[in-house]
Amino acid sequence: MNAPLNLSRRGVLASAAGFGLSLQLMAVPAMAADGDLNKRKVIVVICRGGMDGLSVAPPIGDGEYHGLRGGLALTDAALPVDGTFALHPQLTSVHALAKAGEARIVPAIATPDRARSHFEAQDVLETGAAGVYSTTSGWLNRAVETISVHRKVDALSVGPTAPLILRGKVQTASWSPGRSVDAEARLPTLLQDLYRDDDLLGPALARGLATETMAKDATAGLSGAQPSGMMGMVGSSAGAGAGPKAGAGGAQPGREAARTLGQSLAGFMREPGGPTVAAISLDGFDSHANQANLLTQRLAYLDAVLDGVHQGLGPEWKNTVVLVATEFGRTARANGTGGTDHGTGSTALILGGALKGNGIVGDWPTLKQQALFENRDVAPTLDMRGLFKGVLADHMGVDRTALETTVFPNSAAARPVTGLV
Amino acid sequence: MIAVGDKRKETIQVALADQDMMAAIAVTRFGLGAKPGELAQARQDPQGFLRSQIRRSGADQPVGGAASTGQRMAEFRDFRRERREARVEKTADVKPASAQMTGAQMDAANPAMADGAGGKREALDPVKQIGNVLRKDIAADFGARAQLAATTDAAFRERWTLFWANHFTVSASKAVTGTVIGPFEEEAIRPHVFGRFDALLAAAETHPAMLTYLDQIQSIGPDSQAAQMMRNGAGRFGAARLQPAVQRTAGLNENLAREIMELHTVGVNGGYTQADVTEFARAMTGLSIGGQRDPGYGAAVFREAAHEPGERTVMGVRYDERGKEQVSAILSDLAAKPQTARFICGKLARHFVADDPPPALTARLEAAWTASQGDLATVAAALIAAPEAWDPRPAKFKTPYEFIVSSYRAAGTEPMGFQQLGPILTALGQKPFSPASPKGWPDDAGSWAAPDAIVKRMQFAQNFSTQAVDGRDPSALAVAALGERLRPETAKAISRAESRAEGFALLLMSPEFQRR
Repeated sequence: MNAPLNLSRRGVLASAAGFGLSLQLMAVPAMAADGDLNKRKVIVVICRGGMDGLSVAPPIGDGEYHGLRGGLALTDAALPVDGTFALHPQLTSVHALAKAGEARIVPAIATPDRARSHFEAQDVLETGAAGVYSTTSGWLNRAVETISVHRKVDALSVGPTAPLILRGKVQTASWSPGRSVDAEARLPTLLQDLYRDDDLLGPALARGLATETMAKDATAGLSGAQPSGMMGMVGSSAGAGAGPKAGAGGAQPGREAARTLGQSLAGFMREPGGPTVAAISLDGFDSHANQANLLTQRLAYLDAVLDGVHQGLGPEWKNTVVLVATEFGRTARANGTGGTDHGTGSTALILGGALKGNGIVGDWPTLKQQALFENRDVAPTLDMRGLFKGVLADHMGVDRTALETTVFPNSAAARPVTGLV
Repeated sequence: MIAVGDKRKETIQVALADQDMMAAIAVTRFGLGAKPGELAQARQDPQGFLRSQIRRSGADQPVGGAASTGQRMAEFRDFRRERREARVEKTADVKPASAQMTGAQMDAANPAMADGAGGKREALDPVKQIGNVLRKDIAADFGARAQLAATTDAAFRERWTLFWANHFTVSASKAVTGTVIGPFEEEAIRPHVFGRFDALLAAAETHPAMLTYLDQIQSIGPDSQAAQMMRNGAGRFGAARLQPAVQRTAGLNENLAREIMELHTVGVNGGYTQADVTEFARAMTGLSIGGQRDPGYGAAVFREAAHEPGERTVMGVRYDERGKEQVSAILSDLAAKPQTARFICGKLARHFVADDPPPALTARLEAAWTASQGDLATVAAALIAAPEAWDPRPAKFKTPYEFIVSSYRAAGTEPMGFQQLGPILTALGQKPFSPASPKGWPDDAGSWAAPDAIVKRMQFAQNFSTQAVDGRDPSALAVAALGERLRPETAKAISRAESRAEGFALLLMSPEFQRR
């Protein structure tokens, strides 16, 4: 390829990225009539594996709790919130926010799915459908699609793979820590050309490159966000020192890495023209055995991510709502192996600088035997979709009709939980 | 030979082109991507080339790979013991709470996966030493498996095997399971991939790695002898000793029972209820692994005393109390269910052909499954014979592992060790041996083609090409890798590249190389 052509292609790419950005900046004042809606942000944190609600927010004031949970009951160390509920000892940041009225517990929530299957329940949680296999796009993607009719909105997922909740018609961004891209390199430009007619790779690469450009500012000054030497190499140097120094896959990131991840996400959302909708998913909550240790580790990680988001957003925290949800809760009783099995109702968390009201969201059915769902699980008193719909309506200004028809079809029975923000 | 599409009636020349296209499909879609020269081998008879890879004796075994499960379990036991002793020593000057915290974190963080780089003091620390040995074992297992994939002449056989390894996922999400995934694949999966499904199912579900991964080893019948002993304060029983000192009562763990039904046999719509899961979990009690006092530490054992006595009813069928035979009977019945054939054949069609496969293909596989009573060699042959599987449009987007392996094959080289694979696979979302759940790795474009992942594939291609192209002509490598599937646009872009490395990177990132 000759040099002038290459230069012009690179120019086209650069100016396209620049154009997108400036269009964005120009759009903000033009939209000022919509008040501060443009600044509103929503982040959904999905905890996969069936997070145990009775450990996230142990109902230490419920008379049945200790009997049902035995050695798994969290008593003295739990961080009290009100007469009934506490938070897990590792959720110190969430607890501080709760004390400040910026975090609330939603203690008996579930999707409409009752199969106790991780994969089916995650599908329902993320598609927002009334049942499994109803649709292949995520509700957050459809919400973005709906919002974009009225104003410019971008969405980002953090992690190497895109969660279903953000997949769909709208091409959303995705980002995970890694080595930065050389903007001057020829390959990205050549590939854009090669992907011209490719509906999958074309938009994905363009979006990825734009996000990389933004990442340079969004993650500036954060340690660990850009680890070096991520890429594997071929050939000669490899034979020497064959010891697997990086370990088979790298360590489970610790608390600091989790905080950095949260701060990076916040960094993107603070960038001019950055995403206002985001999703992140955390794995490893399936606690059939050794639950106490497992959840100590996973909830510490969750708390650090949330703390990173909170700290990183700074003044934007007041414009942000964070929702933490899981596909289902676990059995009210401990099982025979120091853990719990798949259940139904679980605990969600809602956090943000502009929350209204206090106390738990939804009703607490109690853990009395006759109150348990199928004499086994926490009985759900709230449909997950109601919580999501309320936040999208009140906070993000999503039109009520669109909510009922496009974003959460066939969800009339799940009334929106309003007045949270 | 199978005619592709409507080109059937065209001239001999087109028929030859079809043969070239079929050879390209055989090595890219059914195989793991062409090595230089492989297309020529497949060209004579693309379907015969694949059929010849079906082998009753099973898959190839990685060279220099895993030790036995028992050895690994024992190594891990020693690791835990040393660690515990080190912790006891530590508690002399560290307050107990924080020492316990470290232990909990290490358990959950999977020491075998942790970063082993350390200072000189660690060389003397027995805990770290054994930890390093275990880490090297796991890395060697994964490296050997990737080397096999990158170099094998029977890549369809290996892809078929990887499908079953993923179907019966054991993930390194627990510290101990990471060390036995290599042995699990070699002992339970590879010998059975062209045998009968019920044999594969039995081997996978009763293997110590699976029993440990899905928490079966601690499950105890609430009315079993062992449970009564525990209630009477006679101490912990057998493998239950592995359980740390959380106050516990003897009882069921239904994890494995549920996942066998949902993920390994009839599927989530297979018609079972919560009551069936619980009954199956009761029947499975007793399946465990050898502890300190048993003859084979870490080997599969059946503990009569932990088995829940009595007859069980699972999916409407009554099973008499016959101890270990009771669970075998349930497993065989699950294997033979039509729902199982439908669920797994749908998954095979999705894996090999398209995220949304033609129903006719699934039906063909299902018919072969049913007629042969789940003979996997017969099902594999039916897949090769199915015209729907030869659609020239490449519908499958490669998973990260497939992309990396096929890159090595296209370059005619192989990974020299784990360190060339671990970081890039982790960055692309497919951390070695570590799917996030027992469902295994996803198998659709939506999961793997996120913007960030495409950028990271591009970065890999850039780095890899610089070292892999080695003075060769990228245009020739492109023809050798893709054959008839190479599009003129891509060939042109490669021919115009300003360096060999750039040309090879364009090949690896081309739409047709990213797919199969």
